[in-house]
Amino acid sequence: MTDLTRLTLAEARDGLTKKQFTSTELTLAFLTAIEKGNATLNAYVLPVPEHALAQAKTSDSRLAKGDARPLEGLPLGIKDLFATKGIRTTACSTILDDFKPTYESTVTQNLWDAGAVMLGKLNCDEFAMGSSNETSAFGPVVNPWRRNGKDGKPSTDRLVPGGSSGGSSAAVSANLCLAATATDTGGSIRQPAALTGTVGIKPTYGRCSRWGTVAFASSLDQAGPIAKTVRDSAIMLRHMSSHDLKDSTSVDTPVPDYEAELGRGIKGLRVGVPREYRVEGMSAEIDALWQKGIAWLKAAGATIHDISLPHTKYALPAYYIVAPAECSSNLARYDGVRYGLRVPGKDLTETYENTRAAGFGKEVKRRILIGTYVLSAGYYDAYYIKAQKVRTLIKRDFDEAWEKVDVVLTPTTPSPAFAAGEKSGDPLAMYLEDIFTVTVNMAGLPGISVPAGLSSQGTPLGLQLIGKPFDEGTLLRASQAIEDAAGRFPVPTRWWES
Amino acid sequence: MQTSGSTKGKSKPSNLIPGATGDWEVVIGMEVHAQVASHAKLFSGASTEFGGSPNSHVSLVDAAMPGMLPVINEECVAQAVRTGLGLNAAINLTSVFDRKNYFYPDLPQGYQISQYKQPIVGEGVVEIDVDGELMKVGIERLHLEQDAGKSIHDQHPDYTYVDLNRSGVALMEIVSKPDLRSSKQAQAYVSKLRSILRYLGTCDGDMEKGNLRADVNVSVRKPGEPLGTRCEIKNVNSIRFIGQAVEVEARRQIDIIEEGGKIDQETRLFDSAKGETRSMRSKEEAHDYRYFPDPDLLPLEMTQGYVDGLKKALPELPDEKRTRFVKQYGLSAYDADVLVAERENAEFFETVAKGRDGKTAANWVINDLFGRLNKEGKEIAASPVSAAQLGAILDLIANNTISGKIAKDLFEIVWSEGGDPADIVDKRGMKQVTDTGAIEKVVDEIIAANPKQVEQIKANPKTMGWFVGQVMKLSGGKANPAAVNDVLRRKLGI
Repeated sequence: MTDLTRLTLAEARDGLTKKQFTSTELTLAFLTAIEKGNATLNAYVLPVPEHALAQAKTSDSRLAKGDARPLEGLPLGIKDLFATKGIRTTACSTILDDFKPTYESTVTQNLWDAGAVMLGKLNCDEFAMGSSNETSAFGPVVNPWRRNGKDGKPSTDRLVPGGSSGGSSAAVSANLCLAATATDTGGSIRQPAALTGTVGIKPTYGRCSRWGTVAFASSLDQAGPIAKTVRDSAIMLRHMSSHDLKDSTSVDTPVPDYEAELGRGIKGLRVGVPREYRVEGMSAEIDALWQKGIAWLKAAGATIHDISLPHTKYALPAYYIVAPAECSSNLARYDGVRYGLRVPGKDLTETYENTRAAGFGKEVKRRILIGTYVLSAGYYDAYYIKAQKVRTLIKRDFDEAWEKVDVVLTPTTPSPAFAAGEKSGDPLAMYLEDIFTVTVNMAGLPGISVPAGLSSQGTPLGLQLIGKPFDEGTLLRASQAIEDAAGRFPVPTRWWES
Repeated sequence: MQTSGSTKGKSKPSNLIPGATGDWEVVIGMEVHAQVASHAKLFSGASTEFGGSPNSHVSLVDAAMPGMLPVINEECVAQAVRTGLGLNAAINLTSVFDRKNYFYPDLPQGYQISQYKQPIVGEGVVEIDVDGELMKVGIERLHLEQDAGKSIHDQHPDYTYVDLNRSGVALMEIVSKPDLRSSKQAQAYVSKLRSILRYLGTCDGDMEKGNLRADVNVSVRKPGEPLGTRCEIKNVNSIRFIGQAVEVEARRQIDIIEEGGKIDQETRLFDSAKGETRSMRSKEEAHDYRYFPDPDLLPLEMTQGYVDGLKKALPELPDEKRTRFVKQYGLSAYDADVLVAERENAEFFETVAKGRDGKTAANWVINDLFGRLNKEGKEIAASPVSAAQLGAILDLIANNTISGKIAKDLFEIVWSEGGDPADIVDKRGMKQVTDTGAIEKVVDEIIAANPKQVEQIKANPKTMGWFVGQVMKLSGGKANPAAVNDVLRRKLGI
């Protein structure tokens, strides 16, 4: 029998429809893969085999009756930021302890309503703060990809899978699920996708409901999928998206059949190449990859245009004001009073201090402190207000660009996957991982990372496409052109299986 | 908040407070917190009902569970707009919700959602009447915000309990300008505000339940001088206490300044048992609330059409009603004021006055009914005499069935026993006797039995009163006084 875990989501869907295998068989294949691989990769913080098999059973009976829903019986991994009813949800933070929500996030509910199966909860950076999945309270996730060693054998260096959705990217890349949910506040879907050879799309702000997803920075957070192919991403996005009356920032616009748009090609598509993304210190291979991407799109019928996004250089500093400011307030609710961890002290203040000192990790504390500082009396105008003005200017840059082009092409990251520990001691180096991705969140636009090649070290690299608001369809179409030209990037060996 | 430098408003000499160094003027501004009358909370669907068992009206949003998001309750917005319109205030078609950040166990989110720089309602004006003198009090703003939960410290020796039933309930904070110059004015302002809110149905004004409470900003100065340093007295929860708090705080400040000290800007509490204010926290201890726009909520935008629609549906407010009562029923300004203070009272009066003489109706409602209700501590809603019953009594007077005096007895009977006034009059033989024959018979008896008095009246016609008294006595007060007079004059030949 073929290895079912290697199938794409679309292939698995077709196989189930054609009754080539059952959802239970498919689910068991993934559960076995998780059992074999998770000890090394640490992608899942909580596999839920019984739950998965129960859902698979229901799906099998619906499939048998010819009553299949769009994602019937397809096993997925869920980032631990999404509240799952009765199933521990922690945002990979000690402070949530063994918190079990009594509610289901809108995004995951949409997936279950479409018939999907949950394999378990995926690791991530604590409260989605990080770019390497090293800040998780459950320990780091290991990238299934390895560098080329000097002797021609793969290096034993453990590489990071990117972050914050490192569990999602690693699990998809290592075939521990068909696809995964993820979230992106400054690049947390696209950067890990780029570092693992997977496709990750962050839709327009307001496309997916934020209800029931643990908040990091409310005005930037947006859910999206990480998947094996562009087609799989299109399928997943359609079923994660919805207008939700429980989220005031959710937008009431119809969800198109993204998958159906993929075949339409990109003849005449206007692709913008922003000169400001040619940042100092960008490696030659990233630049070469970018040029390759331009050539592919051109070959597929697109026209290429030089554009300017003059305020790009201010995006990262402004992001590191806005995001921590919102996080400092969003995380105030973790106070040990109603749920999660409580470390008692001699009085109320000491209880707060003990609880939050023990419950939050270093990076989360750093961002709470930065956020508290920039919102303080006397600093608010200089930092927060100024950052919001920058945000307006970044949006305006894009508005002007959309008059000339339909999509913008850039690299996803300035460098390929790095080794664990390589940047974790240097917050600024880590923050620079987001340099190409944060502008998209600041402007609320959709962005996607598509695997486009391998670095000189033999690890994946991604290209980023940025689109107009709610024009994910065009974005996916252009991504398909890149995928068609570049091919797919499956992990060479299952070295992690014990 | 009291804006510095305002010298608006001039005190009457009677409002000044004498001190050792001369007269002082007290300057007062108010921040009134009024709970919005709504079924659900400001940003969640949980009930706002009072008196539920602890934590029985708490949604996931109110408890700030991870991933929960606020969604504005449109009814609360409408109530705030209605209130703004009732305060003759500017309605801001765009307003913004901000987060006010601080830690406390009864504040689950770790921030209160409030409106800071762009409130839903801007400047307005309220007219008050203090001892017959009308004055205008400026409204600075009105904004919507969430109430906090309640910390309960007396249930356990080592623990504090938290009840989140109030957490997230909508409040309107109504901020006045520092236009008030005496404790009486402060009381009149809050009474008037309460009356307007109750008319609008936007707040029940129940101060005992804490649904209306005031933070009172007090400062003192010599007349004509710039504003002094103010102290804010938090959460004063009755009109009487507002008056007392202003008096004792003004006196405290005057004493300090006259003894050479200076006032520290601080937040104080009023202790009604001891009749004093006490320091709660100083300006230095004040929180840095780190206000910023709530990213979970978009700016609140309304169309002018929406506001106009609410305006059209507003009920008649106390000021308009008073003017109309004076004009339509010929009432004195004072009587009209008494009647319009509560919407229910005004409605009761209008039911009684319909198709009857307005002045008589007002006299009976104010003197007899309100007097009796006050004596028994009853609200109009619990009045044993309905408007229809009182109207029927007035009708019996108007058509000469009973006299005014009998009417008072009848009112007492209806009050304590109920029933249809006309029936009671019938059954108990309380009808006025206008039958001249019957009266003549009584008069004849009296004349026959009292020859001495008949002699006297010939010399002194003023003793006629004695005969009238005798007739009324024998007729049980039912004889028509005019008819009695006629018969007596004829029979006695005077």
